[in-house]
Amino acid sequence: MCGIAGVIHRDGTADIGAELTAMLQSMKHRGPDSTGYAVYGPADDLVVIRFVLAEPNKSTGFGMEERLERNRAEVESRLAKIGAEVATVTSDTGYAFRATIRYSGDLKALADYLEDVPGCEVLSLGSSLEIIKDLGDAETVSDQYELGSFRGTHGIGHVRMATESEVDLASAHPYWAYPFADVAVVHNGQLTNYHQWRRRLEQHGHRFQSECDSEIIAVYLAEYMARGLSLETAMKHSLDDLDGVFTYVCVTGNELGIAKDEMAAKPLVLFESDPLVAVATEEVAIRSLVKREVETRDPYEREVLVWQV
Amino acid sequence: MPGSGSRSGVSYDARGLVEPHADMPDNIEVDGSRARFDATDLTIRQINMALRKLIYNDGIADVTVLNPASKHSLAVGILKRCRIHFEGSPGWFACGLIDGPEVTINGRVGWSVAENMMSGVVTIERSAGSLTGAAIRGGDLIVKGDVGARTGIDQKGGTIIVTGDVGINTGFMMQRGRQIICGNAGMNLGDSMYDGSIYVAGKVRSLGVDCVPGEWTDADTELIERKFRVHNLGEPPTFEKFVCGQQLHNYDALEPSERKLVIH
Repeated sequence: MCGIAGVIHRDGTADIGAELTAMLQSMKHRGPDSTGYAVYGPADDLVVIRFVLAEPNKSTGFGMEERLERNRAEVESRLAKIGAEVATVTSDTGYAFRATIRYSGDLKALADYLEDVPGCEVLSLGSSLEIIKDLGDAETVSDQYELGSFRGTHGIGHVRMATESEVDLASAHPYWAYPFADVAVVHNGQLTNYHQWRRRLEQHGHRFQSECDSEIIAVYLAEYMARGLSLETAMKHSLDDLDGVFTYVCVTGNELGIAKDEMAAKPLVLFESDPLVAVATEEVAIRSLVKREVETRDPYEREVLVWQV
Repeated sequence: MPGSGSRSGVSYDARGLVEPHADMPDNIEVDGSRARFDATDLTIRQINMALRKLIYNDGIADVTVLNPASKHSLAVGILKRCRIHFEGSPGWFACGLIDGPEVTINGRVGWSVAENMMSGVVTIERSAGSLTGAAIRGGDLIVKGDVGARTGIDQKGGTIIVTGDVGINTGFMMQRGRQIICGNAGMNLGDSMYDGSIYVAGKVRSLGVDCVPGEWTDADTELIERKFRVHNLGEPPTFEKFVCGQQLHNYDALEPSERKLVIH
């Protein structure tokens, strides 16, 4: 049991960090172990990289501080070697970092080169996407990363109740669609043909950060979009290709889409108005965002909906 | 053990999910046999505590809850005849396990409304989520809007009326009772149903296993006209009736031991 949420403003930017935090915190009962965000700020000519150099619960201990500092320096050195001009590198935690760079080369080569540094995992890469995830509930993670002041047009979030894997960052959502810029997914459900699709996508050159079935969806969609399909068409294909019970939300640089499997077994509630669309596992999350009685509905089986900024 | 012996009785709560303490709300307005209170700033436990005190201890017969704000599990397990009004939308599991109350919800509800209802009437003025009326055993459940998937799954009695559309697997493993669907029905209507009747006025996307069109009788006309009249639903549309085809294994009248005797 996990909780997912998404919000898209179609008339400009808003405090989406605070909005998603309120939505996710209201669903803490669905998963207090870790919380993750994929948020989209205004795009500019800089590439934003979110990366970690250690799992939070393994980031302290003898010599760890020096090791993290050494690996951070190595990351910056590699950025320079691959031709990126580093604008900023900041950290809220000592193990999770945000870098902005000027870079026009191959993003896959960049991600692979950085992840060759011991302990380094690239959480997101793109011109406006930033994935932030950590252990604890939404308010804890938001305070830690100062997300209350994050302004943007759209974003998704996830609260996780660990049932089949570790309480760690690798198992926390959202998942970035490596190596495709600005695509991320949150998912509630189980995919039963995970290994089949993982093998297929690995044969196409993709690698996976986790053992989590949700990561398949992100890479699957990005793979189809890279072949020229729209997000909506790729999502419709996924309903035929992915087995299991699932509801997922996918975001790109300017879109947010939802999909429900053919059994409609996993919950999702939709609120739609002209300027704002919000989706969440439970109504209580919508009400934490819109403080009045509103008309919401459950999308039906095999329903795919996409909204643009 | 952490917290052992605490006043709340909660012995372990590593994830911080338990709401152990609840004080009786101090914003309840009582007027004779009626009462009302605003739930905006109340916890689930406080709202249910107030409902139970008013209905069971104070003999209040008519309670209005303002602004439930999609909170879960409200008015669950009320086993007494009374009236409860929600001005706004409760969340999941509203009015589950009730036996007797007449509930009106001037809003929408989340998943599993009136689950396991024994008797009473629950009327929802807008839409409802999935698993509406799951395993109800009696009473009337009326939704004046669309509902999600698996409406009346495992239904064992009572009547569910939906003025809008229903989703996939409506009436799945239904065992008794009636469903009156004024709109369209999703895939697998009445899948593996044992008994009962499903009436659909709109289109049926597909019938489930062992669900077949049924023969219309005067009793069906009388039932639908009476339910529409009692619940002020206007003129009923024309319905098609669906029932169990009785072809599944559970309709083999022989016990396993008896079957062996027949074969040999």
